[in-house]
Amino acid sequence: MKQTPFYALHQSLGAKFVDFGGWSLPVQFTGIAAEHAAVRSRAGLFDVSHMGELEVRGPQALSALDAVVTNDLSVLVDGQACYTAMCYPDGGIVDDLVIYRFAQDHFLICCNASNCAKDFDWLSEQITTASLQNVSDQYAQLALQGIESPKILQKLTQTPLEGIYSYHFALGQVAGVQAIISRTGYTGEDGFELYVPWDEGPRVWEALMEASDGQLSPAGLGARDTLRLEMKFALYGNDIDATTTPLEAGLGWITKLNKKAFIGKEALAAQKAAGLKRRLVAFVMDGPAIPRHGYEIVDADGQAVGHVTSGTRSPSSNKSIGLAYVPEGQHAVGQKLNVRIRQRVETATIVKPPFVKTISSAPKKA
Amino acid sequence: MVPQNLRYTREHEWLRLEADGTVTLGITDHAQDALGDVVYVDLPDVGASFSANDALGAVESVKAASDVFVPVDAEVLEVNELLKDEPAIVNEDCYGKGWFVRLKLARVEDLNALFDAAAYEAFLADA
Repeated sequence: MKQTPFYALHQSLGAKFVDFGGWSLPVQFTGIAAEHAAVRSRAGLFDVSHMGELEVRGPQALSALDAVVTNDLSVLVDGQACYTAMCYPDGGIVDDLVIYRFAQDHFLICCNASNCAKDFDWLSEQITTASLQNVSDQYAQLALQGIESPKILQKLTQTPLEGIYSYHFALGQVAGVQAIISRTGYTGEDGFELYVPWDEGPRVWEALMEASDGQLSPAGLGARDTLRLEMKFALYGNDIDATTTPLEAGLGWITKLNKKAFIGKEALAAQKAAGLKRRLVAFVMDGPAIPRHGYEIVDADGQAVGHVTSGTRSPSSNKSIGLAYVPEGQHAVGQKLNVRIRQRVETATIVKPPFVKTISSAPKKA
Repeated sequence: MVPQNLRYTREHEWLRLEADGTVTLGITDHAQDALGDVVYVDLPDVGASFSANDALGAVESVKAASDVFVPVDAEVLEVNELLKDEPAIVNEDCYGKGWFVRLKLARVEDLNALFDAAAYEAFLADA
């Protein structure tokens, strides 16, 4: 099992570990509910060093990369990032990514750990006019998330954080360590993702903890999952995969069908023209039973018409929430759903995401 | 140390033979600790009958659902209504207020085939 540079630190904090895509990572420290609440009310610190990083360089880097992703990279400026999907020719999703533009000839891709080798192979086949390198073992990554994040981080860096807007980044020193300081995250709250040299990670973690005056809690993958689900942020392997398209998953906003050719464009345009057959919706259970990945959505006769992709008890609202693919036409907000939970069929109601209101948000560039 | 007067299963349930011949079932400290904060317990209907190794309900933390099995043929006499409003009691007092169901066993002697405390401790040590 692979370990991040924080493994010994997590052990000393009494973390419970879980196998996540071949990585031994903390699922929780004190408890998911407490860690979730810390991020929604103060701040939490996540080790996300398992995430993959791929670098694309060369004079043709922009055009080469733009031809394999659904979002429009041509509008990015240096120091800006974007969320995007990368599709197969049939519109199925290879992975969802955050892409950072350092310069027109230099991009960094942050990808899912479990997809990193697959993404590298796929990109190696598709990108012939720029160089591609897997630099995952160079970067430790920390996610500092929550309303107190800017205050805590500013104590450790000269880089003015008020100048780093949502989905923008800067290069700077954090606690004396060279870092990519990115105003991004997976929780819905304001916060940063810090990319630092692999071996320097623990120093930065400890400096952040010390600078926080007790406002920062270590947080594990359990809270990361409940926080992202409350926002309806997709998780690859649960809500999206090679059998789902970005349009079905509600990721039309990162699918720019009016940009130049990209892999999957024709299939996605055809799917849009023909009309979608199913959609990923957010729902709240009417009762306490908890929906889980793989549970069926059934019609009045008990026949499966869709399936749950993610579900949990929302620590913020204490309601049971989930995401599911349902047939087109049955996806409107307010629509009732029947979810088969073990032997019973329980009712749920489709809602407009996000499930909860955050108390902070990254500042948007005017 | 696990309580000495109980029987145990490989699925980390405990069973206690009461003075009136009924049997109380819950989940062990190991199980509640592995689950983390319990947020929901799915209990069977009173009067429901189960065959040995059936799932009689489920216990859920934020992150996962885990079936609760009954290791012997049994009928449900009573369920712990407290768990519907306060599922976290399973974390706080798994051998006491956090019990799940009271059962009438088809054959009380079936209990003898289950782990005693020493055997369960050895099972935990091996795991």
